[in-house]
Amino acid sequence: MARQLYWEDVQVGSEITPLPKIATTQMLVKWAGASGDFNPLHYEDTFASNNMVGKPIVHGALKRAWLINLMTDWIGDNGTLKKLSCQFRGMDWPRGMKTLTEPAEGDTWLCKGKVTKKYEKDGEYYVDCEIWVENAKGEKTTPGTAMAVLPSRGQTR
Amino acid sequence: MIPEEATKWIGKSDAGGVYEVERGAIKKYADAVGDRNPLYWDEEYARNSRYGSVIAPPSFVGWPVKWTEAMPFITSGGIMDALTEVMAKHGHPFILDGGVELEFKFPVRAGDILAGSTKLADIHERDAKGTKMYLCIFENSFINQNGALVIKALQTIIFR
Repeated sequence: MARQLYWEDVQVGSEITPLPKIATTQMLVKWAGASGDFNPLHYEDTFASNNMVGKPIVHGALKRAWLINLMTDWIGDNGTLKKLSCQFRGMDWPRGMKTLTEPAEGDTWLCKGKVTKKYEKDGEYYVDCEIWVENAKGEKTTPGTAMAVLPSRGQTR
Repeated sequence: MIPEEATKWIGKSDAGGVYEVERGAIKKYADAVGDRNPLYWDEEYARNSRYGSVIAPPSFVGWPVKWTEAMPFITSGGIMDALTEVMAKHGHPFILDGGVELEFKFPVRAGDILAGSTKLADIHERDAKGTKMYLCIFENSFINQNGALVIKALQTIIFR
């Protein structure tokens, strides 16, 4: 994994290293199998249009898992994610597949965030963050918050 | 109006289920998310980390709350299924995931046996552009084989 992040390295306003993601129809199939969410809203055209979402949409829980991926990559193996919340405000539609493994041309999503608060509590070093998934138009379809504990340079672990 | 059949579930918990955290399931899950952290599949890497063994991504437990629905042949439905049926019967068959708040208390390791249960905490009625929406708040909790609470999740499911 990447270099460990320390509490002293971040300030209020610091940007979380953005994490790009490409949702594809294939990824949604994999997610359904791995998560156990077999709602046809995420793979059936007719069902999706009858349920007012147009075409099959990206699972909210997959976007949440992306945000958790964003946080755990950024805080590193010695950081601890304590809380995470997100709201599914906007729908996202996956790209199709060009080949067995390559996505078709289309949108790329960015998981992003920034530090909103930095504090010490009960001997632990906390950061609170605002996080979100952004679509290709720059709209935050999945805004949320996260709280994590980071190692401090002064600490012996 | 919130259907009376639904309001009587408020404050009630279901019997829940038991979930075994399998190593292979963690690996497939990490692959589906596109999370490349070796903590989730590389035993040697994980052994040398502060966790000492392969763990699951924090999000892993947030979702298998759905596992009862995924295996309807071997499990009976929980409170979420019951409410889904009631709301559909009263003309609100459309379901949307409104979001979730997760609190991670303890790492989940490969091999853990988690007992999860769901409580219907509340139902709020909202008016969205002339149509009624019902926000149902579910509280999920998972306890591991050592009796430790590993995760708490507050989930909002929207019926319309």
